[in-house]
Amino acid sequence: MTAGRWRLLGVLVLIAVLLAFPFFLRNYGLNLYARWALIAAAGIGLNLTVGYAGQVSLGHAAFLGFGAYLSAFAIKAGWTMWPAIPAAALLCFVVGLALGFPALRVQHHYLAFATLGFNALVFLAMRNEEWLTGGNYGIQRILRPVVFGWSLRDSFSYAYVCLGVLAVIAAIAWWILRSPWGRAFAALRDNPIRAESLGVNVRAYTLLAFAIGGALAGIAGVFFAPLIGYIDPHMFSGLVSIDLLLIVIVGGSGRFIGPLLGAAVGVLLPEWLRFMGDWYLVAFGALVLALMAWCPTGLAGLPERVATLLRPAPRDPAERAT
Amino acid sequence: MIDFVQLVVSGLATGAIYALVAIGFALLWQTSNAVNFAQGEFVMLPAFVVLALIKAFDLPLWLAAAIALVVAVVIMGGLFKRAIVDAILPQGAMTLAIATIGLAVAMKNGVRAGYSAEAHPFPALFPVEPIRILGVGFSLADIGALVLAGVAIGGLSLFLAHTLAGRQMQAAAQNRDAALSLGIDVDRMALYTFGINAALATVAALLVTPSYLAKFDMGESLGLYAFYAAIIGGFNRVLGALWGGLIVGVLSNLAGAYLSASYKDGFVLALLIVVILFRPEGLFGSSEERKV
Amino acid sequence: MNIVRIATVALAFATLASAPSFGQQTVRLTNVCELSGPGTTAGTLWRNGVNLAIKEINAQGGILGRKIEITTVDTQTKPDVAKSLAEKMLDEKPYVMLGPVFSGSVKVNMVVAEQAGIPQFMGGEAADLTLQGNPFLFRTAFSQATGMPKVAAWIANGLKAKTIALVWINNDFGKGGRDAVKRELAARGVNVVADISTEPAAADYAAAVVRAKQSGADALFAYLTEEESARLLIELRKQGYDKPIVGETTIMGQKVIELAGGAAEGVRGHVGLTVDAPVPLIQAFAKRYLDEYKSASDHNGMKGYTAVYFVKAVTEKLGKFDPKAFAAAMKGLKLSAKDHPGILMDVSFDDKGDIDRESFLVEVKNGKQTVIEVLPPLGKK
Repeated sequence: MTAGRWRLLGVLVLIAVLLAFPFFLRNYGLNLYARWALIAAAGIGLNLTVGYAGQVSLGHAAFLGFGAYLSAFAIKAGWTMWPAIPAAALLCFVVGLALGFPALRVQHHYLAFATLGFNALVFLAMRNEEWLTGGNYGIQRILRPVVFGWSLRDSFSYAYVCLGVLAVIAAIAWWILRSPWGRAFAALRDNPIRAESLGVNVRAYTLLAFAIGGALAGIAGVFFAPLIGYIDPHMFSGLVSIDLLLIVIVGGSGRFIGPLLGAAVGVLLPEWLRFMGDWYLVAFGALVLALMAWCPTGLAGLPERVATLLRPAPRDPAERAT
Repeated sequence: MIDFVQLVVSGLATGAIYALVAIGFALLWQTSNAVNFAQGEFVMLPAFVVLALIKAFDLPLWLAAAIALVVAVVIMGGLFKRAIVDAILPQGAMTLAIATIGLAVAMKNGVRAGYSAEAHPFPALFPVEPIRILGVGFSLADIGALVLAGVAIGGLSLFLAHTLAGRQMQAAAQNRDAALSLGIDVDRMALYTFGINAALATVAALLVTPSYLAKFDMGESLGLYAFYAAIIGGFNRVLGALWGGLIVGVLSNLAGAYLSASYKDGFVLALLIVVILFRPEGLFGSSEERKV
Repeated sequence: MNIVRIATVALAFATLASAPSFGQQTVRLTNVCELSGPGTTAGTLWRNGVNLAIKEINAQGGILGRKIEITTVDTQTKPDVAKSLAEKMLDEKPYVMLGPVFSGSVKVNMVVAEQAGIPQFMGGEAADLTLQGNPFLFRTAFSQATGMPKVAAWIANGLKAKTIALVWINNDFGKGGRDAVKRELAARGVNVVADISTEPAAADYAAAVVRAKQSGADALFAYLTEEESARLLIELRKQGYDKPIVGETTIMGQKVIELAGGAAEGVRGHVGLTVDAPVPLIQAFAKRYLDEYKSASDHNGMKGYTAVYFVKAVTEKLGKFDPKAFAAAMKGLKLSAKDHPGILMDVSFDDKGDIDRESFLVEVKNGKQTVIEVLPPLGKK
């Protein structure tokens, strides 16, 4: 079989496994699974910005928050959550465009801290403007939807809803990356000056990288609020943005499967490590550190890394040094 | 007026501590291009080393502090540079940044699980007894923080400008290739800056912990403010980070008292964003950009 | 290579679905509390209290002859994790769930316990928790709606303050307390002339103290968590604040006194639970706790400790392990410390799950919390 066929087979098996999984889970597993799916979906958005377009962002939790609050407003207003989806996508797209402006001037850690500053400002607004967001009290009892009389309230159905969200966002991202936009993003990341000379509008694509990445996270956020049933500003603080960046890099930035693996690390790994008692977060931190040291391309690069190790002699002597 | 002076004095004392943390952060960036997200934890750890030594061996504060300084320079300077930074930095600054996030999580929770989840009082280096002059309240500890931060930073500036090792460090930071061709041991210079960072963090720990209290998560907000201070003041000059720290300390006090208590961090954040957008080299940094 | 990745993911997921079975000789309790994140200190003391009670009860033969088996899990002070964990623990059908301590986490996971029909004893103090008609939720400490009227009444009648400055920590704990006390003060004609929020984990309280001084209020009411309370007190002393400083529970705590040193001297206020209460049972508890953990308990340790003894008392009264009957038996329950020494003080529960018992007006004197007046339970008035 060709590499392409192997890849197709791999994707089909992955989809089959993901579809079958909820049948083996109880409430806890189902909700963890749903959280994994939504964080992975938000991660796909961030991966577009960070991994494909090469723009660091520590402001992504704000987009997740915009989606979640819009969804809560819609549900509390007695509508359903559905109008929140286009609203969140639009709001996050516009705010994402604005957040992209610093990227036109600065890069690297400056950009990281500019976006972190943005996220911290959004947090302050969410916490202080109690008339709108409920402030510190948050918004409680955000009910999951009922569609055409079919209740999606139980964890089993909602896990599939979240899986569906992940599938749709993955499909959108896949489509974008295959389009000329995706190639422009990659050109932007690899060499902005060369991209400019090849006729890529660097300004427009830099802004778009933030806008699209934000919009995808916003959509994930819409489904996040009913999943937990409660939101408060701390769930969308700058610390959460740092976690999201960690998820993308640990999974493998610029790799399509990366956020799915990274979300498993961010959401599921601490749960699996709980058998270690008091020390489980120490183990989590140490594992992240070890992974970055040993396999900087993230989990998605692990097979290649293992293959390199198994290969009898490195072709390039420099490789031995790393 | 008295209130205004009070706010400025307190802000300066707090800002001096941010500055000490911020300078180390800026130094690492200059010499190694490393963004250390565990910078706040680098302040927390020496504080607990001191506490543990006092508790276990009943040592006097100065001796415990001296031992902590050595431990910090060896572990958070040398070991951190050799075992973590050297291994990961060639893979990119972003990879290292994420690795230091992992390190921060491990350090915080290691102290929590291994020592204590509670806050602990910390012996004061300078007397914390309040003094009042013309209605303005402060303590010798505040003055001590300012003076010690000033001495540490001034000494560092002099060291960088007037000693051979200092000038070599600056050369290594400004142009690695040129420094290499001049026969400067760039790697050794980088190692020195990691040692200096660890030492400054220990000094910051001794100054901040008596009033801020020793707790496993004390580094979280301290580290964040230090980042803000470093960027606002300027990444590529030692004095820039000092000014940045002082500005952050004073600005948040004035904003909290006169503008809005619940948005006082917002003013610091807004300044941060404006500085990044319009003067990325920092308010007091020099404009030459090291990296493309 | 894709196969390898998929296998890794699948294998990883598979470990999610493990299911220990219900023991015959033991009774299973579950403790979902804050052992990392901002709630660590409160959650850790709560856990210590719970574990001390269980150790004592098991040493005396357990509940109805069954030893208690406890599973403790850490919420990281994140509401979403608190919810997931409640689901995980309740999938295993425990008898009773203990925790969490932070109200934000309680808001989320109380729904899970309600759906599962499992009684939940929690440490949250936000007023709205018990106003939602959840028949399975029970407090271990006063609601802010119970504590604040007592302290407000004392500010108005005891201190005779006409104006007051509020300093509070801007999170759900501080905001909830500030809203409750502001309402109660207004009802008693005390005018709030400065309303000052402070950031969690703030280092510099100069701005808050300057504003409190400028307001010229007759007294200052402070509502912050322990470390923040200590830092505020240090700054108040530094700036020579000379008006009465009043608080509710946290600021007079032993931990704050230890952290703030002399700066806590003279602080007065209302305390729902305190290890320094002039009650022999409580003082014996404080000593046992100190021996066990080498550090002093506070109200959170007492909340966790008494929670387990409530479970024991109610179960023995029922004579069986039945979560639904348990919840029903809690309504209007009265327990006396004479019959059940582990509960430390006489208590009663109302039909909403709110708790009522004696409380204390205290003052910090010579580095010790000293009770100046014992206030009767609300129901006795």
